[in-house]
Amino acid sequence: MDHECARLLPAVCAVLADPRQPVADDTCLEKLLDWFKTVTEAESSLLLLQENPCLLELLSHVPTLQDVSAGVLSFSLRLAGIFAAQEDCFQYLQVELLPGLFGAAGPLSRAVWAVPTVRSGWIQGLRSLAQHPSALHFLADHGAVDTVFSLQGDASLFVASAAGQLLVHILALSMGGRAEGHTCPQGDDWPTCAQKIVGHIEESLCSTDTSRVTQALNVLTTTFGRCQSPWTEVLWEHSPVLGSSDLGPWEMTAQALSRLGPTQAGPLALGVLKLHLCPQALRTQAFGVLLQPLACVLKATTQAPGLPGLLDGTSEDSVVADALLSSKSSCVGLLCRTLAHLEELQPLPQHPSPWPQVPLLRAVVTILRLCDGSAVPASSVGGCLCGTLAGCVRVQRAALDFLGTLSQGMGPQEQVTQVFAILLEYLERPDSSPMVLKKAFQATLRWLLSSARTPGCSGLGPHAVLFLPELFPVLQKRLCSPCWEVRDSALEFLTQLSRHWGGQADFRHVLLESEVPELTQQLLQDPESYVRASAVTAMGELSSRGLHATPTSPEQPEAQQSLLPEFLHILSADSEGFPRRAVMQVFTEWLRGGHADVARDTERFMATVLQVVSRDLDWEVRAQGLELALVFLGQTLGQPGPHCPYTVTLPKAAPPSPLTEVLGALCRVRLFEFAFRALFDCDRPVAQKSCDLLLFLRDKTAPYGSPWEAGGSPDSASVEAALQRWQAGEQGQPLGDLEPEAMLATLRSIDLEGLRGTLAQGSDHVEKSPQSLLRDMLATVGILQENQADCY
Amino acid sequence: MKIKKRFCHSYCLSGHPTLPCNVLKFKSTTIMLDCGLDMTSTLNFLPLPLVQSSRLSNLPDLSTVDVILISNYHCMMALPYITEHTGFSGTVYATEPTVQIGRLLMEELVNFIERVPKAQSASLWKNKDIQRLLPSPLKDAVEVSTWRRCYTMQEVNSALSKIQLVGYSQKIELFGAVQVTPLSSGYALGSSNWIIQSHYEKVSYVSGSSLLTTHPQPMDQASLKNSDVLVLTGLTQIPTANPDGMVGEFCSNLALTVRNGGNVLVPCYPSGVIYDLLECLYQYIDSAGLSSVPLYFISPVANSSLEFSQIFAEWLCHNKQSKVYLPEPPFPHAELIQTNKLKHYPSIHGDFSNDFRQPCVVFTGHPSLRFGDVVHFMELWGKSSLNTVIFTEPDFSYLEALAPYQPLAMKCIYCPIDTRLNFIQVSKLLKEVQPLHVVCPEQYTQPPPAQSHRTDLVIDCQPPATSYRRAEVLTLPFKRRYERIEIMPELADSLVPMEIKPGISLATVSAVLHTKDNKHVLQPPPRPAQPTSGKKRKRVSDDVPDCKVLKPLLSGSIPVEQFVQTLEKHGFSDIKVEDTAKGHIVLLQEAETLIQIEEDSTHIICDNDEMLRVRLRDLVLKFLQKF
Repeated sequence: MDHECARLLPAVCAVLADPRQPVADDTCLEKLLDWFKTVTEAESSLLLLQENPCLLELLSHVPTLQDVSAGVLSFSLRLAGIFAAQEDCFQYLQVELLPGLFGAAGPLSRAVWAVPTVRSGWIQGLRSLAQHPSALHFLADHGAVDTVFSLQGDASLFVASAAGQLLVHILALSMGGRAEGHTCPQGDDWPTCAQKIVGHIEESLCSTDTSRVTQALNVLTTTFGRCQSPWTEVLWEHSPVLGSSDLGPWEMTAQALSRLGPTQAGPLALGVLKLHLCPQALRTQAFGVLLQPLACVLKATTQAPGLPGLLDGTSEDSVVADALLSSKSSCVGLLCRTLAHLEELQPLPQHPSPWPQVPLLRAVVTILRLCDGSAVPASSVGGCLCGTLAGCVRVQRAALDFLGTLSQGMGPQEQVTQVFAILLEYLERPDSSPMVLKKAFQATLRWLLSSARTPGCSGLGPHAVLFLPELFPVLQKRLCSPCWEVRDSALEFLTQLSRHWGGQADFRHVLLESEVPELTQQLLQDPESYVRASAVTAMGELSSRGLHATPTSPEQPEAQQSLLPEFLHILSADSEGFPRRAVMQVFTEWLRGGHADVARDTERFMATVLQVVSRDLDWEVRAQGLELALVFLGQTLGQPGPHCPYTVTLPKAAPPSPLTEVLGALCRVRLFEFAFRALFDCDRPVAQKSCDLLLFLRDKTAPYGSPWEAGGSPDSASVEAALQRWQAGEQGQPLGDLEPEAMLATLRSIDLEGLRGTLAQGSDHVEKSPQSLLRDMLATVGILQENQADCY
Repeated sequence: MKIKKRFCHSYCLSGHPTLPCNVLKFKSTTIMLDCGLDMTSTLNFLPLPLVQSSRLSNLPDLSTVDVILISNYHCMMALPYITEHTGFSGTVYATEPTVQIGRLLMEELVNFIERVPKAQSASLWKNKDIQRLLPSPLKDAVEVSTWRRCYTMQEVNSALSKIQLVGYSQKIELFGAVQVTPLSSGYALGSSNWIIQSHYEKVSYVSGSSLLTTHPQPMDQASLKNSDVLVLTGLTQIPTANPDGMVGEFCSNLALTVRNGGNVLVPCYPSGVIYDLLECLYQYIDSAGLSSVPLYFISPVANSSLEFSQIFAEWLCHNKQSKVYLPEPPFPHAELIQTNKLKHYPSIHGDFSNDFRQPCVVFTGHPSLRFGDVVHFMELWGKSSLNTVIFTEPDFSYLEALAPYQPLAMKCIYCPIDTRLNFIQVSKLLKEVQPLHVVCPEQYTQPPPAQSHRTDLVIDCQPPATSYRRAEVLTLPFKRRYERIEIMPELADSLVPMEIKPGISLATVSAVLHTKDNKHVLQPPPRPAQPTSGKKRKRVSDDVPDCKVLKPLLSGSIPVEQFVQTLEKHGFSDIKVEDTAKGHIVLLQEAETLIQIEEDSTHIICDNDEMLRVRLRDLVLKFLQKF
């Protein structure tokens, strides 16, 4: 603890111990506790208490106060716990102070115990101090464990939950010391504390009171979930708690799977299937549980017998059918969860094998058809499902997500055709909600990508070639939708398509035949900024591939009209940040990819863009400007290293042009001015990025020696003066045309490393300091007279 | 005071659930609920001016209808046929916007029909022997002999003059028997549902309602609660299409067409959905870069329709109402007109032909494509695949409407926009309102024929809805059990109640029931004529029924064992008792006599021995209380 804090601490303690003083708000107390936690991690608590007697005074005084505030009492309990976590300090405190706080004579017996905060503080205090074997004796001696038992059923959920956690912690602590190096002891040899807790759990499990059973199960779940020590196995296998049945864990799980309702059994089944080491029979059973609802759907809609079902040969589970039919919410909930579980399972390496791809595809397509009302039911169950699912957006979303995942496995030709057909139907339907449409676009993209990966297929893949000509009229219509979310997802989809197949002749042909490029360009003027941003990205992509709208002029049939002026206009004039950010991303991509519009006159491009960006109000645009500058530097000076751009390394390859020329170019595009200005940007990420960029630049130029005297030229003095003004917040004045020497000299004179360290600290590091916290607390009660004047 | 009364009947006169025409006989009043004109049979004809009547001939006697309640302007198109040709002499109730816009629709219809030069009118084909030979669907049409010519403007004016204007929640007394109240139904300007209630019964008539937020005032659901019967008609005709999705479809297709240099034709009515479409386009055209594309609205009543919509502020949704106070026009089409983006013309002749620029969007009628300016545009634009016709009105099958124009190169898009209740909304509404019984057209109790597996597309309620079909008389599923009767103070004064159970007192009343204007009053009976007066006042005593000596009322039950003992005491022997389902039979075998004792009656059956009967009767009476 630093001196200043130690000076302020007694006053703060006095405020806290004085019931007449208004207690500082809870967040202050929380921050104070956080601070003490950090302090005690680094220093000895015992020493801390000895050096600051005010703390001990506070802790012993507070519990004796008659009208103490619940907040301060809770704070004291927790603080005492933090100190007592260190065993020597615990020994120091346990004689008098700790019994007064945590024993029967403490707050427990007083009216203030009725306040949940106090009970919560009591538990948290114990949780902190229970770190060493001595604490266990203390707990046993003062009957604290019994109190924790009773708090498991506390009216406050926070207290009840914390009580359960504390029991788990105590159990682990008391068992922990023994397990290492020993064979696991049987239940009878367990420490008293552990036996007591296990006994309580056992008793609760046998209780007829469901809430007690739940509490006990919560403790067990947390124990098994958190701790994998060998002793938990003993608890599982041999303890009388679970030993009453002769079943092992696998058998118990199997039993649970067959007895739980479909809603609860689903997550359990998923968990079982995620395990790496698990008996095959149990895995089969668990997978059956997951597939059951879909099997039910298939059965209810299968017209032609003979098609493979999902669970042929097993008897139908009437419980699942009941859940599907009982109510709309139960049906929708069960199907959504099932689809989500399967979606989670499919990409895992341990997913069941063989994976029933064909019937699963059929089931998902059927569900989608039930949702759009086009499925023909084969039974009364099917009829009922049809009525329940018609128009259900939640199920549509879940089914489309899962359908997308299933693209990894493809399927027989005929079925893939069906998949594309249903996707097209969903993309076409006027009733598809924007969210469903987005999911349909995503699923379509995944299937198109998978289709292209078909072995022996080059280019788009056989299905995509047939599908694209049907897809584009739909895409066209969606780009004209009055709903902006739809236009937006259509544009995103188009961007993805072009990114993957912009070079494919088939794709290019279909795209250029359609009105999609023109419509996309039109959307650069969309009233919705998200749409404009997506349109910028899409046009940027199309343009990179030479696919953007070509006004058919007879003179230059080949020429693309340049988008550069339009994008520059958006960058300088659009009132919203998203489109401007999108433009900067496109420009960066263009520069990286050597886009013709950029390559034609890169210097002019850079100069214009940097000039516009430096005035932008959106920090992300400015940061993206630095990214663009970095790419430019990379191209002129050589690539920056992947991780540490400022690491001094000898260049692997000589820079493309002599340094003077490069520096001249940097000056002409005013990159220095841009970066220097950004260095003092009021938004930290921008300043950091600029710092990185300048470090890279400095290190790249360093190996070439310094042909100019650092700080020698008058220019550099004026640059430094300007920088100082910028740092002080006066951003107005430009640097003017300056020589590379001056720039380089300035660059070397700035303490970039120091700046970098300051920036890394965070802008609020001053406000966050403990001194500030302590001062604030005192200021609120008016103790710090000198602060009163500038209170705002 | 309450007395038991009779049943209540409903007659269905229309087979079209969205163009209903029902007659409700309730207490002593006969109320017609809507009189929609089903024009779908015009689709059987070439695009020429032929319209049919609303098939009303099978209604026994429309002159007995006391009042007609109109729920919205689409449901009053047959009004002139009823008010002008049936001897109807009652009152028609409707809200002001309903009447004004209804007038516009009728005016447009008459104008469309009358301005086309009439060819000879053929009627021979209506002969049943000839009709049989005609191709389907004409040969299957029923009662063609009753099909009528379109009414004239004079008849329209006369019919409308019989309408009494009403406001939402206004209570209208009909002959003291029932009270009717219009409620906002949320579907169109001034559209109403009706409550028809007496002191003890409430019938709600829900026709053409919407829960969506469009331009009209929202639907008043709360006032429909506690109905004994809820008659539910006028649900959406396209239950599988969602209006929002359709509007999206409309805009996208419109944009794609116009962008390619094509024209868009929207066959529509001059009021209703068109307001919403214009509002939607107002926002859309700028964003889609189509602000320079002209919108034309061509109808003989286009101007009035656009203007009327702006003046009925109190009938609009809250949002639009509040604009009036700014002050701003509630509908943005005012701005479209101001900025020259929307232009309206009475017909294609005149100014329109000078201003006409392509590509453009034309809104015009009639949606059946059989008459009106739309016929001209179908012929003008049908040959080019650049053009598109977008059907938004759900009343006509678009394929049938297009049939006479085939082969057709122009694109056809069907996006029916029907904002009326769908089945999900109905089930929410019924859950909220909880009527005891629901009565609806039979079409709503089974899935649509083309989608028989969609069991969700039916009205789902408990108890199941009672359905009716055209020309069916339905006894509404509730008995009228009570009627309110007042007692004159002096009569009430004379009553002497006797407590028969704790808290329950009874008194017998002798009085004269006086009924006038469906109000019932119990008056004291006149004193018996004074024999001393000498002069007989015959007239007075003629007016009132004879007041006979009152027999006392009996109550209580007869304990069989004690009764038998009493009989034995009085010298009867050979008594047998048999138990029956409802009580007992006491057999006096010697006297060949039966005494049948049941819960609410006792019969003494003996052959011609009045003395014996009276003796037995008196023995029975001993066990009963009298008052």
